[in-house]
Amino acid sequence: MKLAVCIKRVPDMEGRFKIAASGTGIDEAGLKYDMSDFDGYAAEVAIQITEKLGAGEVTVISLGPDVVQETLRKALSMGAHRAVQLKHDAPVSDGLAVATALAAELKDGGYDLILCGRMAVDTQNRSTGIFLAELLGLPVISAISQLNVESGVVKARRELEGAYELIECPLPAVVTIDEGIARARYPSLKGIMAAKKKPLEVKPAQLGAINYQLEKMELPAERAAGRIVGEGKDAVPELVRLLKEEAKVL
Amino acid sequence: MTNILAFSETRLGELRRAGLETVTAARRVADATGGQVHAVLAGAPGIAQHAAKLAAHGADVVLVLEHDAFANYNPEALTAALAARLGTGYRAAFFAASALGHDLVARVAAKLKLAYASDVTEFAFAADAVAVAHPGYTNKIVQRFVLKATPALISLRAGAVLPVENAKAGAVEALVPAGDPAAVRVKVTLTEKAAGGKIDLGEAPVIIAGGRGLKEAANFKLVEDLAAAFGNAAVGATRAVTDDGWRPHADQIGQTGRLVSPDLYVACGISGAIQHLAGMRTSKTIVAINKDKEAPIFKAADYGIVGDVMDVLPVLTEAVKQVKAGA
Repeated sequence: MKLAVCIKRVPDMEGRFKIAASGTGIDEAGLKYDMSDFDGYAAEVAIQITEKLGAGEVTVISLGPDVVQETLRKALSMGAHRAVQLKHDAPVSDGLAVATALAAELKDGGYDLILCGRMAVDTQNRSTGIFLAELLGLPVISAISQLNVESGVVKARRELEGAYELIECPLPAVVTIDEGIARARYPSLKGIMAAKKKPLEVKPAQLGAINYQLEKMELPAERAAGRIVGEGKDAVPELVRLLKEEAKVL
Repeated sequence: MTNILAFSETRLGELRRAGLETVTAARRVADATGGQVHAVLAGAPGIAQHAAKLAAHGADVVLVLEHDAFANYNPEALTAALAARLGTGYRAAFFAASALGHDLVARVAAKLKLAYASDVTEFAFAADAVAVAHPGYTNKIVQRFVLKATPALISLRAGAVLPVENAKAGAVEALVPAGDPAAVRVKVTLTEKAAGGKIDLGEAPVIIAGGRGLKEAANFKLVEDLAAAFGNAAVGATRAVTDDGWRPHADQIGQTGRLVSPDLYVACGISGAIQHLAGMRTSKTIVAINKDKEAPIFKAADYGIVGDVMDVLPVLTEAVKQVKAGA
């Protein structure tokens, strides 16, 4: 079975962000970077499939400047087999343009299953995996929390707001991975050593047209400082009064 | 090219609030540009009964796709029908930024080879472009984009536009799918409501959320009791709690869970890890109850009580019941 996983390098969300002087990016100074959470889950799911089968190959692919090689090496150290960097130095705000480049790379690869994260935790668009599937003409099941691949059929579960669905489609297919299936493993020392010898190809990204342009980034208005109403259950009457009279939410 | 399409999401034969939000948003744009609002309603036979409600919220025309194959979400047949319809000329189309809305709008966009604006909280139409705001970086940054595509496809974050009545004719027309809507590759075999039929986190005006401070799964009863006292509240949880299996993953609020912004958010025994704050910091009013007065949640909260949730919650539940009873 041939699997591909699309991964994005994103800043660690723990930090406080500053807007860069350009106004259209974040100030990268001092930030740590890693694989987007859901992409890590997707890589883990793909690696587990090949481990269970005792066969197969996982290709990880990332679009971006040379620093994405670090993220690709991490996926290789988790157990992916080969990596492809689609080299493009500037950030791209149009997900359809990114998916066009991914599709160009993946279309003749003979992949049975292509996995993406449900969304990148930085841009939060949730669309690239679905775009990719449509561009490749493949069936796609997005935002899945359970996955079973057997006899050429994908069976999955998707969490909805206050409900869930069970979904099926034939292989080859694209899936995007939500919380609930798997957490990305920590690479072992052996994995890290092995990753250094695994192939990492660099190719130019064949981006599509940009019709969704990032014009400006802003920090949201700061919340006014809150206050401690009191201690223990004796503070409840005052809290209830504030919720009724001040916040008007009760 | 001034007409606006609104996809009205349904589930198990019921219209979702998000389905009225998209119609309200479309009405707002159409009133400014002089176009008509065409709402799309898809479901099993009988779904057309909701057309009157869409008309009451501003649909000039309700396009109905009624077929057994739409009893569950049918992404491929819906995509084909919507892409064909949009091809006849629309200025814009609104979808909900829900699990299914995201799935559908991205398919339609790719089918039409159009960029689209995802999870939008503000929008402004100009002659040849739409300016939108979309929170990113776990809602710590507002990203402002310009979308240059016609039709402009937009998915709206829950609550960004609240349903407003503005009655129009709502003439019902059948929207006939081009092919057999049952002949698709992706098939939803079951749709089921989460246990208890509770109010959904995305739609609830009040959310009561619990964390590790509750000490064990059984104590979530205290959180549920407070939610029940409000009557219009949903129950949420931190990742630590869903990872431990105290609550289902679908209840998780935070960076990798649901992003919510209710009118009132009550954090019970939640320390306020950055991943959790990412999911709820845009709530209008935040209350925190935690025994550690140094917990970061108090920095995010409007009102805090320093104390053990086990002591405070039962008293708060009783007080809320009294207010609700008009005492």
